[in-house]
Amino acid sequence: MNRRHFLRTGLAAAPAFTVAGRLFAAPAGTPRFLCVFLRGGYDCANFLVPWSSSFYYEKRPRIAIAKPDPALTDGALALDSDWALAPAVRDSLGPLYQQRQAVFIPFAGTDDLTRSHFETQDSIELGQPAQTTRDFRSGFLARLAGTLNGATPIAFTDTLPLAFKGDSGIASISLQRGGKSPFDDTQTGTLRGMYTGNHLESAVREGLELQQEVAQAMQEEMQAANRGAISTKGFELTAERMARFMRTQYRLGFVDVGGWDTHVNEGGAQGALATNLNSLGKGLATFAAALGDEWNNTVVFVLSEFGRTFRENGNAGTDHGHGSVYWVLGGRVNGGRIAGEQVRVSHDTLFQDRDYPVLNNYRGVLAGIFGTLWALGPQQLDVIFPGARPLDLKLV
Amino acid sequence: MAAGTLVGCASTPQTAAKAANVADMPWLERLTFGVNSGVLAQYQKLGRNGFLEAQLRGTDEHLPQAVAQDLAQLPIGELDAARLVMGIAAEQKRINALPEGPDKQAARQKLNEQGNQAAYEARRRELLRAIYSPAQLKEQMVWFWLNHFSVFEQKANVRWLLGDYSEQAIRPHALGHFRDLVMATLEHPAMLQYLDNAQNAVGRINENYARELMELHTLGVDGGYSQHDVQELARVLTGVGIAAPRPPQLRPELRGYYVRAGAFEFNPARHDFGPKTLLGHTLTRHGFAEVSEAVDLLVHQRACARFISRKLAVYFVGDDPPVALVERMAQTFQESDGDIAAVLRTLFTSRELAAQAGRKFKDPMQYVLSAVRLAYDTRLIQNMHPVTGWLAALGEPEFGHPTPDGYSLQDAAWSSSGQMSRRFEIARSIGYGSAGLFDPESGGPATLVGFPLLTTPVYYTVLEPSLSAQTRNALERARSQQEWNLYLLASPEFNSR
Repeated sequence: MNRRHFLRTGLAAAPAFTVAGRLFAAPAGTPRFLCVFLRGGYDCANFLVPWSSSFYYEKRPRIAIAKPDPALTDGALALDSDWALAPAVRDSLGPLYQQRQAVFIPFAGTDDLTRSHFETQDSIELGQPAQTTRDFRSGFLARLAGTLNGATPIAFTDTLPLAFKGDSGIASISLQRGGKSPFDDTQTGTLRGMYTGNHLESAVREGLELQQEVAQAMQEEMQAANRGAISTKGFELTAERMARFMRTQYRLGFVDVGGWDTHVNEGGAQGALATNLNSLGKGLATFAAALGDEWNNTVVFVLSEFGRTFRENGNAGTDHGHGSVYWVLGGRVNGGRIAGEQVRVSHDTLFQDRDYPVLNNYRGVLAGIFGTLWALGPQQLDVIFPGARPLDLKLV
Repeated sequence: MAAGTLVGCASTPQTAAKAANVADMPWLERLTFGVNSGVLAQYQKLGRNGFLEAQLRGTDEHLPQAVAQDLAQLPIGELDAARLVMGIAAEQKRINALPEGPDKQAARQKLNEQGNQAAYEARRRELLRAIYSPAQLKEQMVWFWLNHFSVFEQKANVRWLLGDYSEQAIRPHALGHFRDLVMATLEHPAMLQYLDNAQNAVGRINENYARELMELHTLGVDGGYSQHDVQELARVLTGVGIAAPRPPQLRPELRGYYVRAGAFEFNPARHDFGPKTLLGHTLTRHGFAEVSEAVDLLVHQRACARFISRKLAVYFVGDDPPVALVERMAQTFQESDGDIAAVLRTLFTSRELAAQAGRKFKDPMQYVLSAVRLAYDTRLIQNMHPVTGWLAALGEPEFGHPTPDGYSLQDAAWSSSGQMSRRFEIARSIGYGSAGLFDPESGGPATLVGFPLLTTPVYYTVLEPSLSAQTRNALERARSQQEWNLYLLASPEFNSR
């Protein structure tokens, strides 16, 4: 059987069910996509360690991660003769990689050279060609949602991210908190009535509905906890709740994770970056497990605005750089490998003598994934990423 | 209370309305964190222009006596940044030297709790002033600049320094000259820790602050600087750091360059004295004078005048402010050498602002403060935890933005679905009871119970005339005063200004 068969069953062709103006989930088996944005520019070289490069060890005397040692069960995990996975994610992402459910794309990123967090995050989320006037009302995920009829998008964030900005209101709700709705049906109706015809009408309606759904999810969690389930916190908790939402109703998700701007005392195998990676890795493994069989119909894409300087700085940290490493996870992705165009990690391949180069543009990488995942044609992809050339990295 | 009574009073105009020009009410709403009885009285006494000029001066900061007493009692006011920085560092050193064990853990925990308490007190102090000070424009500008020169409480020892940061670096210059704000934040240990410049030294360059100083504080990302300028400015800023308990031993030729003021220190031994160019200019001065020269260069760029003017216009006027207004403000900025009050005068006397009356969605700070100002006017809130909790729940806690760009000033950042429902829950909390606001922080029984009455003279003067038919319809359907409060505070009109 074609292992990618399931993914080609495009949502574009699937009917959307709507009841009382609300889109309901497309049939089981249609793809899900979760975009995880690491805000702050995570140091990819201490995540996917270029362990065959003596240059890496030379330029990171205080923060380099030691070479994989087969005798150690808690050191870096060798993925091939060049790359190793940081110890912090060894137990969470390592098994996914070994089950061919994880791909890493080094030398990935954008054309943006500002090295500004905010500028580069914006440019990625907008997904528009470089050197064009930006339209801040149109993010790439919103355009994807518009292309896929019935994708039921949702942002698991406090505020709607730029990636989801578009003509139609897209739901956003942070899963870090929640509680029982304090409003009875009359009040809910009156609150909605005040916003009829207002530009916030759909936000108000969605907000009141989502609030009830989160409350229900929490109630179920409490029941599970009473039966002795381990209670989670932080990103793991968010991940578990995201899985609940994406297993049933939502097919297109976005979440962001902060805390990656490690200018000072970044740490190596342990320390600030490792702690953050550990929590992220555990969360994503939790997400995979909590989706159950639907993990086989899911693709998680992890990206960050840029990589960091290849050399450590004067404070045992790293500054804003360029090329990054993206991750693609999913039950049936074409995993267990390092994908995309690569170069040897050495002095002469550094971009501007300081950073990883970008050889795999995010627009091309994502267009390639979307094209396969939902069987989208060139014209549809051109709406999502205008002017981009889809890269066929055989990721999904 | 019966619904009939409510409908009855909702249609009764109050006498206070007579002395106020209804057309000025939306303008007053933007000059303040919500009109209260004090604002109305001041406006009626001084007239429109007199009121604006008084707000631009911001010198009348007369707080209600109970608030002033309360502020005076906050222990945070007793220590300056220099003593705090050294005291905390010494305590951390002492704890680190303790043998591992329960004592060490307890000492760590105690210090940690002290830090959290210091951060809370800093927030509480900001909120007390923002809610009760008659200098409402100044209070908004203090928030605006704390957000523009944002620091994050959870970085390094910033928690302890927040109160001093606001008091020394921001408040004195909130309506003053922009350059003074840049220099005051540049020298403050909270910023030096937050953006790592305390670690920036010759041969150990850290370009974090240098980049944000241009990108976020002065020029904006399209302000015409390059990566090379970032690197050069980082070199300029080497040696700008936090004072150690004792001044460094310096070679004789460097001693003349040493600067020390409170917790701030310029250490020439850590400075790169090589030649530098910034934005195409060769810098001519040396040591800390070179830092000052670089800041001069930055704040005198047209890009800086535009960047700051536009950001002010986004905050006070709307998401996409008219270019003509921004240009006039930038002109004022340059002609007045960055006089913030002068730039605000251009803004608050503009037709463009008037044209946007009632259309700017309140951010969480504006929303929560306007609600408590309407509900409790000048009555002293005993417990600020509910307010800080609401701000956190809405995603805009003071000193809680992890990244240096500060909170978004765009409407859309605060009106997503999740936030609308949360805002309604907060409207309910405020409308249905005293919400813990009058449970003294020191314990003891609540000093006020029950729900607030929002049908005040301020309501009839400022809000009632602006309500749509839909909102009036909802209010008429209220089954209790509490529910009426909920609908008013949740209404589209109350959520905008």
